[in-house]
Amino acid sequence: MRGMPRSGWFWLVVGGLYFFVPLAATAEFSLKEGDAYSFGPYKEIFNDPQFRDTFFLSLKLAVATIIVSLLLFIPTVYWVHLRLPRLRTAVQFLSALPFVVPPIVLIVGLLYVYNYQWVPSSYLGSPYYLVPGYVVLSFPFMFFALDNAFRAIDVHTLTEASQSLGAGWSRTLWRVILPNISAGAIAGAFLTFALVMGEFTMASLALFNTFPTYINYIGQTKANPAAALTIISFGITWLALLGILMVGRRPGRGAVQVGGAR
Amino acid sequence: MPAGALLIGAFRTQEGEFTTRFFKNIFKGTSLDAYVKSVEISLITAALGGLLGFLMAYAALSAGAPRFIRPVLTTFSGVAANFGGVPLAFAFISTLGTVGLATRALDKLGLNPYDHGFTLFGFWGLVVTYLYFQIPLMILVIAPAIDGLKTEWRESASNLGATSTQYWRYVGLPVLLPSILGSMVLLFGGSFAAYATAYALTSGHIGLVPLKIGELISGNVLSDPHQAYALAFGMVIVISVAMVIYYVLDRRASRWRRTAQ
Repeated sequence: MRGMPRSGWFWLVVGGLYFFVPLAATAEFSLKEGDAYSFGPYKEIFNDPQFRDTFFLSLKLAVATIIVSLLLFIPTVYWVHLRLPRLRTAVQFLSALPFVVPPIVLIVGLLYVYNYQWVPSSYLGSPYYLVPGYVVLSFPFMFFALDNAFRAIDVHTLTEASQSLGAGWSRTLWRVILPNISAGAIAGAFLTFALVMGEFTMASLALFNTFPTYINYIGQTKANPAAALTIISFGITWLALLGILMVGRRPGRGAVQVGGAR
Repeated sequence: MPAGALLIGAFRTQEGEFTTRFFKNIFKGTSLDAYVKSVEISLITAALGGLLGFLMAYAALSAGAPRFIRPVLTTFSGVAANFGGVPLAFAFISTLGTVGLATRALDKLGLNPYDHGFTLFGFWGLVVTYLYFQIPLMILVIAPAIDGLKTEWRESASNLGATSTQYWRYVGLPVLLPSILGSMVLLFGGSFAAYATAYALTSGHIGLVPLKIGELISGNVLSDPHQAYALAFGMVIVISVAMVIYYVLDRRASRWRRTAQ
């Protein structure tokens, strides 16, 4: 078998540099106070009450989004696999396109829909306003992760076995199906988490102060703490992806997929 | 009904509202400029990102590559592809901004990019920044197609006396081309939709469609929500066209996937 050609190494080195240089530069920048190196910028961030507020708000939104999208998509994907296998291509087509819905279009649409009278005003003032939009954004990630998990199990046999033993639908879903697809569900949850923790477009246009809008705000006022925040945010993305790797190779090739909202 | 159709219906409601006046405005003046610029930047980053991503993925996944490279590459690509938005802009300001690390290094070599007309906060700066997520995205989407390229094909080609160039010309490229182009269409969509990075990098001063929509909706001096709906609808049209192209290419690509499985 041939070794890897030299041109191959060349491209990988170029790619590696492209990946690491901006990170190194940001890290260096984030450790500077004037001309001296220090952890000052990080301390400044962690001591800022606004950091805590926005961070936890984004965290809460991420959890809410994960719960809603799991509740919505697990039964949907289950049903599609069990009863409507032909629709799978259609659903897959819809979801293979994380970019069909640019976040900017989504928020414009949502703002428009929310103009109707029937939306209670208490809901409009709450940041949870963003959750339906985030659920749409998370759909492709969730779908790929869940779809892979469902493909790996024999949905029909499991369902029939469970029902012949007297379990109802909800019991089958909860006690039989869910444990079998949990790796996929967790992978989808991690991707959704990374997505919501970084989502700027919708939050800023709907005028809510989430973690990413806070990063932007700091970026306009203080350069070094902004670099520190960038590193923190990068760390979150790493954690989420490491989380996916930890839950196993189950999710397969579709799992670590394509970035979303920018 | 699949949840997808229902959810996508949620952002379609805007369609009912516009009069043709707003829609016609799309084709005039700054709006048209914004579309042209958005499409340009998306085409360039999709082509460059697609090409570089393919070369890297092929280098790492081809038969001769050491085994450890594959998981490393896909993990790093996963991180980089998901790392976007505002932090990405700041990372590049630290790197290629006026006092960025790379700028200073190049300056010492006498090659300060800012002396040669480059600025991170303009068109090409945005291209360089977008490539940070476009290249890894390409690596992730193209990897299955490269895996589908059978080593037997290459071996039979060389057994029949084909040179490497001939192999690529008559076997490799025809098989891979639909996948490569299809992936590039996805990349196109990705940078067409991007808002946060461009916003943070240029403070909203570069005239891309998403930024223009943001301006119109966020209630500044220029506020005109209905024009924003029309612009957003225009984006949906562009993306839909791209998706039709993607669908056609994907069908062609899947011919080979079926035999490969």
